[in-house]
Amino acid sequence: MLQYLVKRLFGLIPTLLIVGVLVFMFVHLLPGDPARLAAGPDATPETVALIRQDLGLDKSLPEQFVRFIGGSVRGDFGISLRSKRPVSTEISERFMPTFWLTIAAMSWSVVFGMIIGVLSAVWRNRWPDRLGMTLAVSGISFPAFALGMLLMQIFAVQLNWLPTVGAATWRHYILPSLTLGAAVAAIMARFTRSSFVDILHEDYVRTARAKGLSETVVVIKHSLRNALIPVVTMMGLQFGFLLGGSIVVEVVFNWPGMGRLLVDAVDMRDYPVIQAEVLLFSLEFILINLIVDVLYALINPRIRYR
Amino acid sequence: MTTVAATVPERTAVRTPWTEFWRKFKKQHVAVAAGVFVLALVLTALAAPLIVPYDAENFFDYDSLNALPSLKHWFGVDPLGRDIFSRILMGARISLTAGFLSVAVGALIGTALGLVAGYYEGWADRIIMRICDVLFAFPGILLAIGIVAILGSGMANVIIAVSIFSIPTFARLVRGNTLSLKHLTFIEAARSIGARDWTIIVRHIFPGTIAAVVVYFSLRIGTSIITAASLSFIGMGAQPPTPEWGAMLNEARADMMTSPHVAIFPSLAIFFTVLAFNLLGDGLRDALDPKIEQK
Repeated sequence: MLQYLVKRLFGLIPTLLIVGVLVFMFVHLLPGDPARLAAGPDATPETVALIRQDLGLDKSLPEQFVRFIGGSVRGDFGISLRSKRPVSTEISERFMPTFWLTIAAMSWSVVFGMIIGVLSAVWRNRWPDRLGMTLAVSGISFPAFALGMLLMQIFAVQLNWLPTVGAATWRHYILPSLTLGAAVAAIMARFTRSSFVDILHEDYVRTARAKGLSETVVVIKHSLRNALIPVVTMMGLQFGFLLGGSIVVEVVFNWPGMGRLLVDAVDMRDYPVIQAEVLLFSLEFILINLIVDVLYALINPRIRYR
Repeated sequence: MTTVAATVPERTAVRTPWTEFWRKFKKQHVAVAAGVFVLALVLTALAAPLIVPYDAENFFDYDSLNALPSLKHWFGVDPLGRDIFSRILMGARISLTAGFLSVAVGALIGTALGLVAGYYEGWADRIIMRICDVLFAFPGILLAIGIVAILGSGMANVIIAVSIFSIPTFARLVRGNTLSLKHLTFIEAARSIGARDWTIIVRHIFPGTIAAVVVYFSLRIGTSIITAASLSFIGMGAQPPTPEWGAMLNEARADMMTSPHVAIFPSLAIFFTVLAFNLLGDGLRDALDPKIEQK
């Protein structure tokens, strides 16, 4: 197991390096001069030159790259052009609301998605299946921002049951996490169903039934665990989807998280913030995928020895 | 096989992959309905400039601001006095173009890369798959936002961004298919009679991957339409007054309190369009996947 983990960690190095280069190159791919952007539109050429020196933009590209990676490792991403505060402070303030929102969305959507998936598989081609799968295909087809606006209009504006924007209490989490998780719940339901349908055709399930075990035992004890193996992988992939989705949902609910920060940063061309966010989002994604792979290897020994 | 086919009476037609596909596909009424809907949508979008009742961007009916749906304005009027029905119709052109074009470009490049990676393996495979890993390391929409941040906002750049993030999906899919196809006997036979690599890839392997590509193509269009609309919604794609559905929703957000109906029609337009592509994709998958019928 340890050997597998080490192998996977080393396998990440090239990907991390390329991601690092891409994020670093981002500033140089932007149209216009980053030093001029940082200095503002009214700055004199002298100020721009000074800022260029200050940001290290006068050095050679490899030197700048080493500086950038060194800074990133220490958590130093420079100064936000908009707020003039360190990017690391900006992001750390915004990290937790996004983190909890993602976790809340993931939790309910996995639980509900799997329940719907299992019920649909067990009652395949009957009404629970048709209802579940209709809900699921609608879930993946309804855009999150429209769903968010709809939920907000009904539950916050018309019925006045829940707050509209902000992230102060747990009640604030309900609508955004429902919005964010809807598509994931739908995907999980479809995926669990197809995985479960495959398992229900296996010989050992037939044997279990032939022994006279009750259908509940067959479903829960003999099928569920085996069906969960591919579902775990799917969960990991959906985390990336949630991270991306949170950007849009945060705009709808005016959520004080990283997604909103990113959208504002792109709007204001605040490139140190964009750079740091893209790097963090992808690091998080890579890390989650690694954790999922390790979990997968723990559940399924066949993977480890390949 | 051919001798058997020659002796059977004429009414049992020869089973080509195409007739086989059609036989299975037409049994799925939901998918057929979705296909008809998509077709109708495409035709409507093509004819939109001729059939819209009002100019989508420059006609302002000041007498009925925020009006609810009526015979005169089927989907009502927005706070600026524009006819929502006309805007939805014109928006269909934008969303369908964005969805179709971005997936087509992604599928084309991805399929080519997947064929090369799967057929040659070795260093070509390693480089291509590494690029895909890197593209996969950015959660979908984030990659698009990064690209839009570099290229600037606008629908053309959104299409480029969405194409790029469709590439790795197709590349992996086609590579997997190519790897399993190339060890089959008919490929070996082709090679033994001296067919060139290029001929083998284009004539013998590529047709075997089409089924999977077509299924993904349809499912991917739905995703791409949502992504493009999302980017417009957060202000990075089409800009007002363009009647793009996501941009229309963003505009409607400010007036949700007074005129929620302005938001409903663009939402439904995106929903039904994406739903149709997803149902069509599901149906295509069931009809093209040889494993399905055994169950």
